[in-house]
Amino acid sequence: MNRTKTEGFGILTRELAQEIDKTINLYQSNSTKLVGILLDIQGIIPKQYIPREVAAYVSEKMNIPLSKIYDVISFYAALSDVPRADYVIQLCDSVVCKVTGNTTLRDTISQLLGIKEQESTPDGKYWLEYTPCFGACDISPAMRINGKVFGHLTSQDSVKAVFDQYR
Amino acid sequence: MKNIKIKIDNIDVIVPEGTTILEAAKKVKINIPHLCYHPDQAIKANCRLCVVDVSGSKKLTAACSSFVYEGMEVHTNTKKVRDMQKGILELILANHDQDCLKCLRNGNCELQALCQRFNISKTNLEDTVDALPLDDTNPSLIRDSAKCVKCNRCVDACQKVQEVHVLTHSHRSVHYNITPAYEMPLEQTFCVFCGQCAAVCPVGAIVEKDDTAKVWDAIYDPKKHVIVQVAPAVRVALGDAFNLPKGSIVTGKMVAALRRLGFDKIFDTNFTADLTIMEEGNELIQRLTKGGTLPMITSCSPGWINFIEGRYDHLLDHLSSCKSPQQMFGALSKSYYPEIAGIGSKNVYTVSIMPCTAKKYEAQRPEMITNGMPEVDAVLTTRELARMIQSAGIDFVGLEEDQFDNPFGIGTGAGAIFGATGGVMEAALRTAYEVITGKGLPGLNFTEVRGLSGIKESTVLIDDMELKVAVAHGLGNAKILLKQIEKGESPYAFIEIMACPGGCIGGGGQPIKSTREVKEKRMEAIYKIDEDLPLRKSHKNPDVLKLYENYLGEPLGHKSHQLLHTHYHSRGMKYNFSELTK
Repeated sequence: MNRTKTEGFGILTRELAQEIDKTINLYQSNSTKLVGILLDIQGIIPKQYIPREVAAYVSEKMNIPLSKIYDVISFYAALSDVPRADYVIQLCDSVVCKVTGNTTLRDTISQLLGIKEQESTPDGKYWLEYTPCFGACDISPAMRINGKVFGHLTSQDSVKAVFDQYR
Repeated sequence: MKNIKIKIDNIDVIVPEGTTILEAAKKVKINIPHLCYHPDQAIKANCRLCVVDVSGSKKLTAACSSFVYEGMEVHTNTKKVRDMQKGILELILANHDQDCLKCLRNGNCELQALCQRFNISKTNLEDTVDALPLDDTNPSLIRDSAKCVKCNRCVDACQKVQEVHVLTHSHRSVHYNITPAYEMPLEQTFCVFCGQCAAVCPVGAIVEKDDTAKVWDAIYDPKKHVIVQVAPAVRVALGDAFNLPKGSIVTGKMVAALRRLGFDKIFDTNFTADLTIMEEGNELIQRLTKGGTLPMITSCSPGWINFIEGRYDHLLDHLSSCKSPQQMFGALSKSYYPEIAGIGSKNVYTVSIMPCTAKKYEAQRPEMITNGMPEVDAVLTTRELARMIQSAGIDFVGLEEDQFDNPFGIGTGAGAIFGATGGVMEAALRTAYEVITGKGLPGLNFTEVRGLSGIKESTVLIDDMELKVAVAHGLGNAKILLKQIEKGESPYAFIEIMACPGGCIGGGGQPIKSTREVKEKRMEAIYKIDEDLPLRKSHKNPDVLKLYENYLGEPLGHKSHQLLHTHYHSRGMKYNFSELTK
C-alpha cells in the first residue's frame, strides 16, 4: 500500500514546489487555465514530464481531483506522464506533413539517434514522438524541438543541419 | 409544466416539456437501444446507440440527449437507424473481449442483450482489443478494460454520486480508456471499494471479486463447520435475481436456500445489528454525558470507513469505535459461538452474505482478528449468493420458508432497518431514548430520518435534552457534513453515514439494475419487515440480553471492548506536502 510519504520526494523538491506555487499564482489558480499551468510546470521539470507526485501537488494546491489532472495530461500530446528527455522532438503527424513526405524526416532521425517513436536515447538526451498539427503546414514537413519549429525538412542534410545545433 | 405532443413511430405521445426522446419512447413501450444512458445518471450521449430519425433533420439524433418539441416526429426503426445502430454495435464489439461464456455477467449483460436483439452474427471488422492490464489485486473489485465499452457510467458514479474521483476517462482516440490517475491499481488510490461502479456497469468490465469457489470448498470440507450470516438488505433484493417483483421479502426462502447449499448453521446479521446498537448507543450516551468527541459518526459502512480513513483521516476521532455488525458477528463466531456449540474454534468457517463489495475489503483488514483467526473467512455479495443458488439448481421461488438458527437468529425491527439509509439512526434513537429516560417511547417511527433525500436531519427531545442528528447516504452527501465538522460548525450530536446511495439496499453488491425506483421498493419492504416484527427495539432482543448476561458482561465492558470494538486509523494515502511548504 501507498504509505504516507513524509521522507521527501524524488523530483518534487522544495525549490520546485515554490516554482509551482508561483506558476499557479500567475494564473490566479484558475482551473480553466489548467493546460497552460501544466505546460509551464512541465517545462521546468527535468525530462519534461509531470510525475504523479507533482500532479498530486497541483491537485491539492488547486483543489482539482488528481484524476481530472491525469485526464488533461493524457489527453494532450504536449503533456506527458512519463519521463521524456532533455530535448523532445515532435514530428507532425497530420495530413499536410504526410503529403509533403515526412518519412524522410522520421527515418533520418531514427538513423541519427537510433530511436523510434515514444523512445528516448539511452543518455536521456533525445525523445521522439508524433504530435498533431502545430500549424507549420506552410513549411512542411516540420518538427519541433523543445517548442522550436523547424521546417522544409525534405532532405537528410537539412535534418542533420538542425541536429548539429543540439549536440 | 407544459405538455408536448409528439409522434414516435406514428404513435401519439404526450409528455411534459423537458422529456428526452428516449424517455418519451419508454412511455409507449418502445425500447430504444442504449448503453451509456442510465435512469439515475446525468445525460452522457457517449455510446450513440440510441440514434433515431427525427423528421426534418438530415442527420440522426441521439435520443438520450435530445428533448421533445411540439409536433416532433420520431422514427426509431427505419433502415438508416437500424444500420447505424448495428454498425455502432459492431464497432463496440470489435473492441470488446468476447470471452462471454466465462464472464461473470454472462446472461446479464446489456451488450450481450443488444447483440442478440440486433442479431449480430458475423462482421467484417477485425477485432482489435487495446487494453490496459487487468486490475485484480484488491479484495473487492476486478477491472477488465478489455471489456470496457467506455460508456462512462462508472465515472459518473465515482465522480458525481460518490465524489471519490478515482475513475476518470483518460487519453484519447484509440487509446481512450477509463482508469484511475496514472493507471494505478485501485488499492493504491482513494478508492473506497463501494462498488457503485460495478453496480452500474452495463458489461463485465467492473465486477465483484468472485469468492464462491472458496465457499464451496469450505462447504465440501468435512472438517469445517461452516456458518453463514445474512445482512438485513439482502432479503429484500435477492428475489430480483429470480425474477420476483422488486422489493419482495424473501427471508424464509433465502434461509431455506442457504440450508440446501450445505451451510451448517444460518444466522442473522440483524442480531449483531442489535448488538451494534447496544454498544454504539451506549457509546453515544457516554460521549454525551461524560464528554467525548461530538458529533459521533456511525462506523457500520466499510465504504464510508475507507473514505474517512483515506481522505478525512484528521476526523477519525468522530467515528464510533464499534466494529460493523458483520465483524461483530465474526468476532462472536470465533469466540462465544465455538464455546457454546462445543466446536473447536479453528474448525469454524464464517461466511457472510452482504449487499456490499467493501465488506470483502473489511473482512481482510489485519485488525479484524479474534483468537488469532480472521473473524470472517469469506464474504459473498448478494449477486454471488444468487449465483451459488442458481449453480446448485435450486428452484428458489418454489422453496418452503425456513427460519434462522439460534443463538444468533433473532433480530428485532431495529436491526432490520439497518439496511436502509437512516435505519441505524432510528434504531439507535429507539434505544438511546429508553435507556436515558427510563421511559417507553411514545412513537417508534422516526420518519424524518427515512427516505431517499441526500441529507436528512431531525431533533429529538430526550427528557430536557435536545439531540440534533443527521443522516447522509452517498459519499458526496457525506462530504457536506464532514466539511461542517471541519469548520467547527456541525450542530449535530450524532451522524449516520452510509457510503452507498439509499444505504445497504443500494449497495454495490446488490443485483444489477438497482435503480432509484427499485431502491424505493426495497426500502418499503425493509420498513414492512420492521412493522411486522413483535420486537422493534434492540435492547429488547432476548438473545442479545442473554449474550450480555452469560458472556459479554455489559455494553462497553472489558469483553465487549476486546471483541466488538476496534481502532480506525489513517490509510496513509495522502501525500504529505507540509515539509515542502515550510
